[in-house]
Amino acid sequence: MTVGLNEYLYLSAVLFAIGFLGVLVRKNTLIIYMCLELMLVASTVALVAFSRYNGTMDGNVFVFFILTVAAAEVAVGLAIIVALFRRRQTIDVGELNALKN
Amino acid sequence: MSAILFNLFAVFTVACALGVVFNRNTIASALCLLLTLVGVAGIFALLEAFLLAVLMVLVYAGAVVALFLFIVMLLDVRGGERRSFTKATVASGVISAGLLVTGLIGFTKRGAQVTAELPADVPASGSVLKAYGEQLFTTYLLPVQIVGFLLLIAMLGVIVLSKKFQGLEDIK
Repeated sequence: MTVGLNEYLYLSAVLFAIGFLGVLVRKNTLIIYMCLELMLVASTVALVAFSRYNGTMDGNVFVFFILTVAAAEVAVGLAIIVALFRRRQTIDVGELNALKN
Repeated sequence: MSAILFNLFAVFTVACALGVVFNRNTIASALCLLLTLVGVAGIFALLEAFLLAVLMVLVYAGAVVALFLFIVMLLDVRGGERRSFTKATVASGVISAGLLVTGLIGFTKRGAQVTAELPADVPASGSVLKAYGEQLFTTYLLPVQIVGFLLLIAMLGVIVLSKKFQGLEDIK
């Protein structure tokens, strides 16, 4: 078996779908957050593979920005989760239903 | 050789990613995420983007997962074990994720086929450190500035969010 661009893209698609599945089925906000990170990482795999197979730098540089934005996002998101826990004593999305009905 | 390594890393990454989703314990999920990121770093090394592989381990595995673990321990989540999934949740989740992956793979298959194998004349531009610096400080200078500013704003946001307010008057 030869490894081509397609294999990397399949891997990226599968990783993205697993992250998506996690966001859909899990109830713990922290796990949902980890799955979001997983989806971001899956997209970086596709970017780096495209970059390598086209011989350009742009995808690689874009991964830099994704890394930075993800780090900022994690910091803010976790602060929000902590604030949420302080106020409601839970981080289960099933119990955070203030807007329901 | 690279095909074997690719298969190894791909299986490892996907297995650990499934571990993130289906683990019963939050800390075990975070550790699975760590292993997934290590696997992705291996994939990056196979694609000859060595700097990105190192950054992946440093930034994601080092900082982000450590932050997650801190928060898990800080919150000491009551009933950290997850409840069993209901049938409806699993069915809808699997169907939508399956649709997504079928769509993406179909898109890849039908899309313009670049090459089955990597041609020898395509340069591995991501393996040279100098190329990153050159790009970041010429073509992408403005985005770098903006991202720096974004980090500053995120830092300020975290400080404001984690401050204890007595009442709504404090915020104003």
